[in-house]
Amino acid sequence: MKNIKELLFVTALALGSELASGQGLDPSALLKPLSDSWPTYSGDYSGKRYSALTQINQSNIKNLGLVWTSRITAGLGNAGGGRGGGFGGGAAAAPTIIGGEGTGELNESGPGSRSSRIVSSILEVDGKLYFSTPDNAWAADARDGHILWHFVWKTKGGTHTGNRGMGMWGNRLFLETPDNFLVCLDATTGKELWHKMLAPLSQQYFSTNSPIVIGNHVLVGLGNDLDSPAFLTSYDPETGEIQWRWYATPQDASDPALKTWANLTAAKFGGGHMWIPGSYDPETHLYIIGTGNPTPAYTSKSRGEGDNLYTCTLVAINVDTGKLAWYFQTSPHDTHDWDSTQTPVLVDAPFNGRQRKLVITATRNGFFYTLDRVTGEHLVTGKFSPTANWDQGLDGKGQPVRNPAKDFDIAGALVSPTNAGATNWMPPTFSPDTGLFYVTTEDSYAMYYLTDTDPRGSMGLGGKEEQGTGSLGTFLTAMDYKTGKIAWRHQYPEAGAWGGTNVGHALLTTAGKLLMGGDPGGNVVAYDPANGAILWHAQLGGVSGPVQTYMLDGKQYILVSAVDSLYAFALN
Amino acid sequence: MARRAGLLITLVIVAQMAGQVSAQGQTPGRGNGRAAPPAGAAAGRGRGYDPRPPADPAQVERGKGLYGVQCTFCHGADARGGEGGPNLVRSGVVLNDISGELIAPVLRNGRPELGMPKFDLTPAQMSDVTAFLHTFRATGRDTLRNPIPNILVGDAKAGQVYFTAKCSSCHSVTGDLKGLASKFSDPKALQQRWLMPGGGRGAATASPKTVTVTVSPSQKFEGRLDRIDDFTVTLIETDGTSRTFIRKGSTPAVEVHDPLRPHKDLLPVYTDKDIHNVTAYLATVK
Repeated sequence: MKNIKELLFVTALALGSELASGQGLDPSALLKPLSDSWPTYSGDYSGKRYSALTQINQSNIKNLGLVWTSRITAGLGNAGGGRGGGFGGGAAAAPTIIGGEGTGELNESGPGSRSSRIVSSILEVDGKLYFSTPDNAWAADARDGHILWHFVWKTKGGTHTGNRGMGMWGNRLFLETPDNFLVCLDATTGKELWHKMLAPLSQQYFSTNSPIVIGNHVLVGLGNDLDSPAFLTSYDPETGEIQWRWYATPQDASDPALKTWANLTAAKFGGGHMWIPGSYDPETHLYIIGTGNPTPAYTSKSRGEGDNLYTCTLVAINVDTGKLAWYFQTSPHDTHDWDSTQTPVLVDAPFNGRQRKLVITATRNGFFYTLDRVTGEHLVTGKFSPTANWDQGLDGKGQPVRNPAKDFDIAGALVSPTNAGATNWMPPTFSPDTGLFYVTTEDSYAMYYLTDTDPRGSMGLGGKEEQGTGSLGTFLTAMDYKTGKIAWRHQYPEAGAWGGTNVGHALLTTAGKLLMGGDPGGNVVAYDPANGAILWHAQLGGVSGPVQTYMLDGKQYILVSAVDSLYAFALN
Repeated sequence: MARRAGLLITLVIVAQMAGQVSAQGQTPGRGNGRAAPPAGAAAGRGRGYDPRPPADPAQVERGKGLYGVQCTFCHGADARGGEGGPNLVRSGVVLNDISGELIAPVLRNGRPELGMPKFDLTPAQMSDVTAFLHTFRATGRDTLRNPIPNILVGDAKAGQVYFTAKCSSCHSVTGDLKGLASKFSDPKALQQRWLMPGGGRGAATASPKTVTVTVSPSQKFEGRLDRIDDFTVTLIETDGTSRTFIRKGSTPAVEVHDPLRPHKDLLPVYTDKDIHNVTAYLATVK
């Protein structure tokens, strides 16, 4: 604890002027359990998405009603939010600030574009909301949703899948752009303070992640669907200089993980991208994060027969040094592009008769794990998707052993889950009240056909064809961390498959004994976390992002992002 | 020759577009249209990753000829590696190069330490080779490189036995499935079709689901299932009337009939061999 206090003291000095003026986020606020504000991706560092707020609770949620709604307009051809502009009489348009190194020709706009779809976690700090989509960021008033400013980045390209949110340090916001820049914005004005290139676009990197601020570190992970080296980088929040970089796979011959690869070239270009934030344990200074799939994703021969460390692995990185403290591989030698990037959840809870410091994760391959988060000791493995059929049981370390016959076949192998996974990047939640871990899941099958019989294999995601053959159901699933068994699950009635990698919804639990999330029918729903009984819902036409909560002027809000709109609810 | 080059480029573009599938991509949910490609994006050039203007097909064709003579032996006809030479498609030099500024010095000087000789090419020829190299796509499906292998590997006789045991209570090769194989030129499409008619991940179905809503013992409604979630159910009666019911827990009683249920129930049961055998059998049903 001493170290983190010193770190925070130094940070506080650096932030002195900004904090003295009453603006911005004190980094120590990030160490508090999730309550009034929402200052980082998961609300707090634990990844639990469990709010201590109780004003809205099981007994009164029937009185929950809409307080405000606000619509965004992404892209370059507008000025501010849905309320600005238009015919006379409306409020003044919010300022649009334009940055970026591109021409603007590749920027997306229009209601169907991915830049108009909010999947990000939304920061709530000092009565303001901060959120983002690819190339776009906004600030809004948390009391009535009106847009305060809109920042647009003229992109040079890159995969525009989504943006998971921003990090905040003092009065600064950090945004990753699809063309791989870290952009530092002034939170008050939306004006750019600086930007740094994270990785070359020509190597097919793209950036969708939410930077995570820990003390004076800004932690940034990227994406890549080719095979370019994967790394997590710590940047200085003031200058944008690199503090340290951790590679997910061996980059030189001295790395002991090299023995899990065919050779150094295979290891160097072996993937493992960290495109979803991890969680942080302030006591041990460990940032615990899941790594992505190895590459080539499907035609894996060139990787050798080994485990391909540290891809599809839960890793603990010391934030001061950038060094690996421990690891546990959740999908050894993955052959289905099943990233293990899902947000891990840090929990202090009883296990076998004593209180343990745990980390829990449910990965895209259908498996669920409980580990000791100080040492990485394996405690529990379970399956949260009963149909998952690609393994031949567990090895002595509690890791699933892959069945090579289920990699793929020229004539097709029937595999569960589909490539999209039994779950994907949507954040899970954990309630200390029930001791249950909640995640949205799917039991699905696809035929995996090998299409590249060339022994050199294919790069990236090539070499196979995947054709879906059916979903047996989509579920809100509650897992018992002590046993790895399903405690209960609620099947969404007759729902088809989730779309793309949007396998399910981001979830929230609260001390008001509520479990909340979107459903496939376009509703935001509150469930009883004990048993999944439905308590309340509102039809929004499509919930795209997390359900979140904050407290302002004595009033608790429930915030939901539904495609291009935000909805805020409170008690009537 | 010029026509052939044009065809080649068209094929490459089609292959590139087909290959635009992202592991980390997220498709907008149902009911949300996908954005049209921005006007400024060069067609099929791996959206937003390739800053190079489209090359002149004649130049690409000249480069292809030069590459075949000078480079193919070591780097492979598809540039993915040959006798001793590395894969050029993923090479940082090639990926980062815009129009020869990085590739030309390597050609000019060679890489003696790695065994690569110098090449005595004119600047124009180097530019042609470069243009040819930039026509290869690093990721995605490349159907030019990967002709579709034959998937008919099963035992038709064993497939017939399986069909009789598991499928014949609903289907007959002289009845509803008569001439089935003649409707499919691609055996893979036939296999996908019989595994899950309607295809996809079960989102679309060949025969629609129906639903019975029992409001009271004397009030029952039946029809095609239009929409259902935990809160409402909408059905379309045979005369086209649409009826929506509010759901509260188990009231009213809602019973959905999914004609594809038997297909879904078999998914956890099949072995891959069963599937290949049944496909081999159904491929004979012409």
